[in-house]
Amino acid sequence: MITDSLTVERNAFETATGWELKPEGACKGEVCIPLGPDATAHSTDTGTGTGTVSPTVNIEELAEQLGLALVADTDHGLWALGPETLGGRALATAVAPELTLPDLSGSDFSLSSLRGKKVLMVAWSPY
Amino acid sequence: MWQALRSELHPQGLEVVTVGMDTAGPEACRRFIEAANPEHPSLIDANHLVAAKFGIINIPNSVWIDEDGMIVRPAEAAPAPPSIDVARTNPFEGMDEFPDRANAIMAEAVHIEASPEAYEAALRDWVTNGADSSYALSPDEVIARSQPRDGNTSKGQAHFALATHLEQQGKHEAAIGHFRQAHELVPDNFAYRRQAWSLEPGGEGPFARFWQGPMEGNEEAWPYASEWVADVQAMGPANYYPKFQP
Repeated sequence: MITDSLTVERNAFETATGWELKPEGACKGEVCIPLGPDATAHSTDTGTGTGTVSPTVNIEELAEQLGLALVADTDHGLWALGPETLGGRALATAVAPELTLPDLSGSDFSLSSLRGKKVLMVAWSPY
Repeated sequence: MWQALRSELHPQGLEVVTVGMDTAGPEACRRFIEAANPEHPSLIDANHLVAAKFGIINIPNSVWIDEDGMIVRPAEAAPAPPSIDVARTNPFEGMDEFPDRANAIMAEAVHIEASPEAYEAALRDWVTNGADSSYALSPDEVIARSQPRDGNTSKGQAHFALATHLEQQGKHEAAIGHFRQAHELVPDNFAYRRQAWSLEPGGEGPFARFWQGPMEGNEEAWPYASEWVADVQAMGPANYYPKFQP
């Protein structure tokens, strides 16, 4: 994920990394990593009753606790988070991650909408 | 090719989803998609998200997912559709002058090996037999067969994400620095290299993005330590796509 701030909206973090932040820790598929108090210390509680405040998280803490690379480009004021390295494999779980992408007309399509069918997904490039 | 498999196997419950990965965005993918005229979802991935999420390091690659959303085969080489891969179609055809580099690329490309028969037979077996198919792997096997990933892989992916972001903002020179870092940190990732090479000026016309290397007489302007012909020669074109592993 790319960000211009180390504090990001919790939803944005979850969508970009596939890690869901739950009371028991950060979870992906059946894998859950307990988090120390600092990782979500910056969260703004949604229970304020206003319903307008988006909870945020500190990605520097989360990167350290989940073993995600965090690379800065100071010239452009940007940070990029790499993926987890749990177990030394690209997949931490065999549960297919959610993927939502546009088609040529710009309409979004989510892989999860194909549950109940077998799916052959093919990645290609026009070069 | 994917449309043909889709027509054959859709009645048995298979859907195909193709994902075109290109920092240059939808317009770069358009003519290939329109030529294939697919009935299945055909998506555009300007940030290579599918590669990051599924551990894809070369193209074309496929992932098989069952009815419950479980991956049963992680990213692996998929047979190259004729309209896309230079091994099966000559992007330089019809040119008045055939540049030396085109000859060099085609000389390697004809030796690239794919095994569409074994792959397609396995796919048909899975579609027919589901979890009982020997080609449907257990969750542990899926994880074990997914690409290795260490701290450098993660860091390289972060650099690649910065590179594509900056490229899309028109900051090409800044993007090159991050592409280089990604290439150094993840030397096995051919998709990172092909993407970066394809964004450099090369040749003219429809084959420009297949050039993937320095221009003759202007070699010093090439910003990367690698280029397609030398890399494929070094690895051996027969090893370009790993063989289908039952």
